[in-house]
Amino acid sequence: MIPLQSAPFIHTANTVQKTMGTVLLALVPATVFNLYLFGLPALFLFIVTVASCVVVEAACLIVAKRPIQETLLDGSATLTGWLLAMSLPPWAPWWIGVLGAVFAIALAKQPFGGLGQNLFNPAMVARVALLISFPLAMTSWVLPHPLFSASAPGLVDAFSVTFQGQVPDAMSAASALGYVKTELSRGIPVSESIKQVPDLMDMALGYRSGSLGETSILLILAGGLFLIRRRIISWHTPVGLIGGIVVIASLFHFLDPARYASGTFHLFSGATFLGAFFIATDYVTAPVSKVGRFVFGMGCGLLTWVIRTFAGYPEGMAFAVLLMNSLTPIIDQYTRPRLFGRDRKGRPLAIQKGDRV
Amino acid sequence: MLLAVGSLTAMGVALGGLLGAAARFLAVEENPLEEELKAILPGSQCGQCGYVGCGQAAAALARGEAKVTICSPGGKAVAEALAKKLGVAVDLSGHVEKGPTYAVVLEEFCVGCTKCIKECSLDAVFGANKLMHSVIVDACHGCGKCAEVCPTEAIEMRPVEKTIKTWFWSKPERTQSSLH
Amino acid sequence: MKLFPTRGGVHPQQRKDRTREQGITPLPMPEWLYIPLQQHVGSPAKVLVTPGDRVLKGQMIARCDGTISAAHHAPTSGTVETISDVTAPHPSGLSQTMIVIHSDGKDEWADLPPPLSDSADLAVIRSRVSDSGVVGMGGAVFPAAVKLDLGLRYKIDTLVLNGAECEPYVTCDDRIMREYSEEVIHGAQIIARVLGATRIVVGIEDNKPEAIEAMRRAATPHSEVQIFPVPAEYPMGYGHDLILAITGRETPVGKRTAEIGAVAYNVGTARAVDHAVRLGRPLISRVVTVAGGAIREPKNVEVPIGARVIDLVSFCGGFSESPACIVSGGPMMGQPLPSLETPVVKGASAVLALSAAEMAAKKEGPCIRCGACIDACPCGLVPVEMAALIRRENLKAAEKIGVADCIGCGSCSWVCPSHIPLVRYFHYANGQMGSQERDRRKNEYIRTLVEAHTQRMEKLAAAKRAAQAAKKAPARREEVTS
Repeated sequence: MIPLQSAPFIHTANTVQKTMGTVLLALVPATVFNLYLFGLPALFLFIVTVASCVVVEAACLIVAKRPIQETLLDGSATLTGWLLAMSLPPWAPWWIGVLGAVFAIALAKQPFGGLGQNLFNPAMVARVALLISFPLAMTSWVLPHPLFSASAPGLVDAFSVTFQGQVPDAMSAASALGYVKTELSRGIPVSESIKQVPDLMDMALGYRSGSLGETSILLILAGGLFLIRRRIISWHTPVGLIGGIVVIASLFHFLDPARYASGTFHLFSGATFLGAFFIATDYVTAPVSKVGRFVFGMGCGLLTWVIRTFAGYPEGMAFAVLLMNSLTPIIDQYTRPRLFGRDRKGRPLAIQKGDRV
Repeated sequence: MLLAVGSLTAMGVALGGLLGAAARFLAVEENPLEEELKAILPGSQCGQCGYVGCGQAAAALARGEAKVTICSPGGKAVAEALAKKLGVAVDLSGHVEKGPTYAVVLEEFCVGCTKCIKECSLDAVFGANKLMHSVIVDACHGCGKCAEVCPTEAIEMRPVEKTIKTWFWSKPERTQSSLH
Repeated sequence: MKLFPTRGGVHPQQRKDRTREQGITPLPMPEWLYIPLQQHVGSPAKVLVTPGDRVLKGQMIARCDGTISAAHHAPTSGTVETISDVTAPHPSGLSQTMIVIHSDGKDEWADLPPPLSDSADLAVIRSRVSDSGVVGMGGAVFPAAVKLDLGLRYKIDTLVLNGAECEPYVTCDDRIMREYSEEVIHGAQIIARVLGATRIVVGIEDNKPEAIEAMRRAATPHSEVQIFPVPAEYPMGYGHDLILAITGRETPVGKRTAEIGAVAYNVGTARAVDHAVRLGRPLISRVVTVAGGAIREPKNVEVPIGARVIDLVSFCGGFSESPACIVSGGPMMGQPLPSLETPVVKGASAVLALSAAEMAAKKEGPCIRCGACIDACPCGLVPVEMAALIRRENLKAAEKIGVADCIGCGSCSWVCPSHIPLVRYFHYANGQMGSQERDRRKNEYIRTLVEAHTQRMEKLAAAKRAAQAAKKAPARREEVTS
């Protein structure tokens, strides 16, 4: 007898590949603009990082004897590499990108079983591992030197920046968060140091130092809204994350403006928007239910603020995301929807009196 | 340094001694595992497992000598219950169920000797001396003892047929890409 | 009227364009008809005829057997050829007992019972519906007469008529509502009267504007009948969801909808009740949509119960290409057919010959935890978690989070980007747990039999010992006295 297939016999046209492709599409405007802002070294690093992720994934698949072509084509390695590149300093040396790829794919993704099985966000694992192992390389920020502008490095110079690690001292600059934190440790209150930081408009548009994903907030936001419109992500995680960080920051700023930066500062600096729309929304490592995702987003926002304010690192998004990843299973357990015909405790709904003869 | 080595050694000896004493004096009574295993087995003493009676099979299981899949009349349900009780993992997805069977008396060969009636530990065979014997299907669980003792080979073990009411889709096959 | 929100649901392509404008055409009576004794929920019907009997059209050939059962009738006049096991229209490929009738071509009606008036006794109406073999034609095939008894036990205020027809391809209810709207309304009124319901609400998906219009016109003179367009969403035709959308009441799990005051009947069933009561005609045919990319001339056909699928396909021009799958019912919940030689039964709303392109099936990929399945599920389940548990054979944990509540609508499988056959996992889990439960009960029963046997043996042994002791005792007394 022919083995028959079970219902349903029709399917949505959506596939994993299409989903990944749409996310990449949403990242393109911000990426292109930022590559323009930071010039050729950034472009080289970007290419090296993404390519390394794909190569490392292929190597892992060969070792594990899993099908190579269909797995590479699902686009998840490319997306991981892209997000990792977005979180690196744009003028970092090439080996940061390669090592990051190894950490992300060969450490945080494939050993768990590949797509869908990892517990922690691969790009964030890589970023954190690099940050802790190579703090200097990972915190050397530069101001934007747009392509075709006078201060942009030429091809040869760019090559030496990326592949020989020679960043001219004159070009380095601190990120806004880093500057505020350093000044605070020197005793200068936030309310003073904040005046030295680029204004909101510049931060929103991108003319400031930072990683590829931290600058040009508006383009990141546009990409994020596009994803929500296409129903790839829901509003719950971004609203939770942004709400979480703004509310707690504003609260503490209100209580002590000298010590705590404002909600808008926290909103527009660092990787808040990138995290809200692209990193915390990673399907695999976040809770599955809508309520769960909101809780997850809020937790990321709160933790990011805590780490930025009290911990040793100026930017806390990566750590916050990893900490919340570890809470995902328990969030899932407590945010299951109510079953039809049952109450929240699982008992059948009570019938109102007076319905029986 | 001698002080450090000496104090750690003393601690180790003292704590180790404490553990040893606890293992002897605070030991938990072993549950009668064998009894519990015996309760899981069907209890019809059919002997298909190769042991003489369910009690012996339970003893062998408790000692770890027998596999949890030895009881064929018990099927998958018993195998899983045994595995759970013994705390062993067992992959039953590849387990080819011999399939439940039931006995049927072929009337043209039955001579009415009552051997099968006496043999059946469930009293599932109906009949009397020199009269036709027949099997009460609902009470038969396919151990096959009656078929073995019948002198005229008048008993046939037939597979219990699947019905539409009890049919269900098999588990989807694992593919290489969905290997989890 | 207010529409209450329902959870979950998906929006597959409707694919109804090829048949929605096709008027219902009768299938020319085939030569051979195969009527299964079980085409309904409950106990199989009991055969009333023997091979060689001549039967007339509409004659009862199998009667109700048990509290929940249905009768079946001859779709045409002819001879009962045999009563034998024939391949059932079921994916298992197993057989069912069927009455095989060889048509004599005369199509001669039996004497039908007289029409009943609108004021006939409720018990008489119920008995007529039972004798006419009417079952739920939406696919649930629950005996309609048994369902009418719900009015005796529960206070029912609303009869919901299910004209949603949410499955893609299927247009039989659409055509019935357009062409026989008055019969449907009249049947609904009869049912409402027996149930004691004071209002009738006809739920029709808004993708059927002509049907809504036709039903509105037929309902105008009847103030108790309301036509209620509902959003076109799968599975709006799921009884509990339709009742929730229309009345705002959520049926508690394990309870009947009657317990919350509403009962749903399919529009085709209402028409069958009308025929039974008004015309005295039993259920001997049904409208079936024959569609799918591989069918040359898709149609809506009035098919005699028992006609083989192959007769139906030939009537619709045969296959234009080799079908990847033949389905009885809709593409979301239908059953794949093991062969074309199986008969059309009372619950078959459609026969689909799907091409590989339409199915767009892919190999199962890894789960990416996107959560689309949770959004799609109308029952509030978490398919991603249940499937992961079932894959590891942890069926008990899956049961704890509600796998037994799954209605098998297929929304989760439809929406999954990795093409994971989620519903199949749940069907497997529920079937496996049911099978294990049966085995457990059987083993317990066996154990009690063994104990009874052991006790009997011991009693016999004790009696034997007592008899031997009794024999020895008088012998000793003899020794003493002698």
